[in-house]
Amino acid sequence: MKGIRKLWLGLGLLALISPLGLLASNTAWGEWGKEELITILGYAPVGISKLGHIWHAPLAAYRVPNTGAGSGYILSAVVGVTLIVIITWGLGRLLSKKE
Amino acid sequence: MHIPDGYLSPSSCAVMYAASAPVWYWSAKKVKETLTARMVPLLSIFAAFSFVVMMFNVPVPGGTTAHAVGGTLMAIILGPWAAVIGVSIALLVQALFFGDGGILTYGANCFNMAIVLPFVGYFIYSLISRGAAAGSRRHWFAVALGSYAGINTAALCAAIELGLQPLLFHTAGGTPLYCPYGLSQTIPAMLIAHLTIAGIAEVVATEGVLAFTRHSIHLNLPGNIGEEGGMG
Repeated sequence: MKGIRKLWLGLGLLALISPLGLLASNTAWGEWGKEELITILGYAPVGISKLGHIWHAPLAAYRVPNTGAGSGYILSAVVGVTLIVIITWGLGRLLSKKE
Repeated sequence: MHIPDGYLSPSSCAVMYAASAPVWYWSAKKVKETLTARMVPLLSIFAAFSFVVMMFNVPVPGGTTAHAVGGTLMAIILGPWAAVIGVSIALLVQALFFGDGGILTYGANCFNMAIVLPFVGYFIYSLISRGAAAGSRRHWFAVALGSYAGINTAALCAAIELGLQPLLFHTAGGTPLYCPYGLSQTIPAMLIAHLTIAGIAEVVATEGVLAFTRHSIHLNLPGNIGEEGGMG
């Protein structure tokens, strides 16, 4: 499967142009944080205040500390792709049949 | 469509984990039966593609944003069971490392985007494309309708899960404890976003990448490994 190299290249290219996804900067519907909800509704439901920050993601909102929004987004894409490929490849190897 | 922590009650989150768990188990079993070592790189690429495509936010009517998922694409190429695994891994990395979608709500997000989406998409796709040659007009139409139906059904599921919250969980005074919006608000909001722009984005991503993939590698469509593992 030589052509698979093209797919990897395509994936890399998409990661490189991912900052285009930042052009639409508004939050997705129903994904507002506590502060945004206070602005919109005038209050934040208790559950959202209490559970909203139960987990602290190291690269929250695809931002990399001390890095610009665009380059941070690309870096996030690279980190995410790497992690997903490692996990999927590992699990796939574990589950797949030997040929 | 990534429900954050706090929008669903812990009991709702438990229900959604319980709904997803057996499907994860069956998917692992089905994939174990059907996945060949040759397909592992493809599964990795398309799981990663799903992650990247979700980073492309598009503006939708109402001033918010949405994105394609790429789940039907994975189901068409690798079968719906493999798509469950692939999208679930993408969602796991998004939740753990990028805070996109919650940890408690991970079961719900997987139910919507990693289970409902690829299965509905694949079902519609295989229903319409049966007997049609890949690349034929009917095949193109099947891919479009499948991916469009998949993402919209997923959005509807998310809307129902969110919209039930204020009905079920509120203070004695009626103030919502979790998602503050009821069904009359969540369903139109999620559907308008996905019936319009996000649905089209999903169709474009699916058709585009499928054409590119067919051009790059030899694909035995439909559903290389999904034949016996499909809906039938």
